[in-house]
Amino acid sequence: MTDAKKDYDFHKESHTERMVINMGPSHPATHGTVRFFLKLDGEKIVHCETEIGYLHRGFEKHCENGSWTQAFPYTDRLNYNSAIQNNVAYAMTVEKLMGVADKMPERGVYIRTIMCEFARMADHYTNLGAAALELGALTAFIYFVEARELVWDIIESVCGARLTSNYIRIGGHASDLPENFKAHVKKVFATNRELYEDFDKLLTKNRIFLDRMRDTGSISVEEAIQYGFTGPCLRACGVEYDVRRAQPYLLYDQLDFDVPVGSTGDNFDRYLVRMEEIRQSMRIIEQAIETLPEGPINIADPAVRQPSKEGVNTVMEMMIFHFKNEIEGIQVPRGEAYFPTEGSNGEVGFYLVSDGGGKPYKCRVRPPCFAMTQAMGRMVEGAFLADLIPTFDMINLIGGECDR
Amino acid sequence: MKSDSAPAGGARSGDATSGPPLAIVIEKYADTGVVIHTHRLHGDETVVVHAEDILDVMNFLRKDDRLNFDMMMDLTAVDYLDNQNLNPYLAEMNARFEVVYHLYSIGKNHRIRVKAPLAEDNLFINSITGIWGGADWFEREAFDMYGIVFRGHPNLKRILLYEKFEGHPLRKDYPKTKRQPLIGPRN
Repeated sequence: MTDAKKDYDFHKESHTERMVINMGPSHPATHGTVRFFLKLDGEKIVHCETEIGYLHRGFEKHCENGSWTQAFPYTDRLNYNSAIQNNVAYAMTVEKLMGVADKMPERGVYIRTIMCEFARMADHYTNLGAAALELGALTAFIYFVEARELVWDIIESVCGARLTSNYIRIGGHASDLPENFKAHVKKVFATNRELYEDFDKLLTKNRIFLDRMRDTGSISVEEAIQYGFTGPCLRACGVEYDVRRAQPYLLYDQLDFDVPVGSTGDNFDRYLVRMEEIRQSMRIIEQAIETLPEGPINIADPAVRQPSKEGVNTVMEMMIFHFKNEIEGIQVPRGEAYFPTEGSNGEVGFYLVSDGGGKPYKCRVRPPCFAMTQAMGRMVEGAFLADLIPTFDMINLIGGECDR
Repeated sequence: MKSDSAPAGGARSGDATSGPPLAIVIEKYADTGVVIHTHRLHGDETVVVHAEDILDVMNFLRKDDRLNFDMMMDLTAVDYLDNQNLNPYLAEMNARFEVVYHLYSIGKNHRIRVKAPLAEDNLFINSITGIWGGADWFEREAFDMYGIVFRGHPNLKRILLYEKFEGHPLRKDYPKTKRQPLIGPRN
């Protein structure tokens, strides 16, 4: 052997020590437009930088230039998988600012609770189904897509839209529940329970799935809190923080439901927490539907909630309010308010400032996945490139919500 | 320092957020001149402090056993251009912007809002990334949208917009019809 061959260092000569690759913003495994700059050592991630903003639409600027009511369609497009939750969060913040939240009739509160939980179910179906798909389990994905379709059918029967519902209004709702609502939900739940069983059997004890999910993307409790994790990802670490339980709103202090928590904070625990939350949401809906009272669904104050069409056409005062609400917008007194709600992904809180006029002076939303996406680098560094996929899935970045 | 309270109302959870945090902060900073204003509106407790004292106040809020605000929920800014009368102290201080922090304590289950006014000619405030690492992206966003500079931030650059974007779009004097050079005029 010559000296030259003896000194030959494979790593040095072939320049394979570090490889920089660019993943996204349009990558099949990163649903949602996000870009990762990855520095790899073989298959291990040495450094990961996350770049977001590809779906920035100027949500706040839009809201500031429209009336309070006109912000609803924009809130739909934040976390579009659970649009109604954003509607409710925004409407309740405005109602808090106006000091009318306790005037909401009981049926209205029930409807909001039910619709929020349907949105949570749809969101978790999407998230878990897509995660399964990206880990190669196409069949499981199809099962949950079917379940989600059925939930969307219910949402469609209530408000006419499936995804971007635009259903909630300040001080009320766009429409009441349809007549056969209870029977429809019962029928859907029977099918969804079967689909859930199938999904559960296919994945939860599946060796391949477990290998990809367990001990990947782990984060400690302290770090999760540092980064501002909320929702299923924080509960997977073992912190029992759920706004529905900690600072109850709507009906949540009167209903019986469990808040599932994990222990390790890895991707598999996040998966388990979400799976259990689907069941708990069904439980909440069933209880609420059982005791659903009859009565009005809107606050009976024409300055808050648009009067009914019948009233507008027959009563002069109603028509005046209709005109004023349309032209000047609902008048919200001066002040500021923050109202936290439990979104599917974590704490969704609106911070609104009013200058006493018909437009929001400031309309800020706290996006839960924004806080969690910034921890991506921390969670994948040192792991295999393939581990980035389940971690990113379980963070559940929704472009519309993260980039606003 | 003046303190006025409005009737707590509105949200069903309004009273869950009330409690000792504000009283403890007022007691701690009595006669120090750190606190400019406090109020409780719709059950949300708010303390307004001088921007130069933000690190001191935040450290206290984070570390005091009675408060223990372990979570930085939200950070944003508001532009009060020509609307300084919305908050009386703004006009007195000639401040245009306000950085708004929302803190939450998991253990104590209480919240507080901290605000720090900033004058237009001195848009600097200390970064709180040393206390809550998660403030990183939130501060970048406030910088991106309002041009507020967070001193001591490890990587202060635009986050939602691109580097060649001109101006800060959430400022009230940024016209909503403005076009960016990279995008070109409307045809």
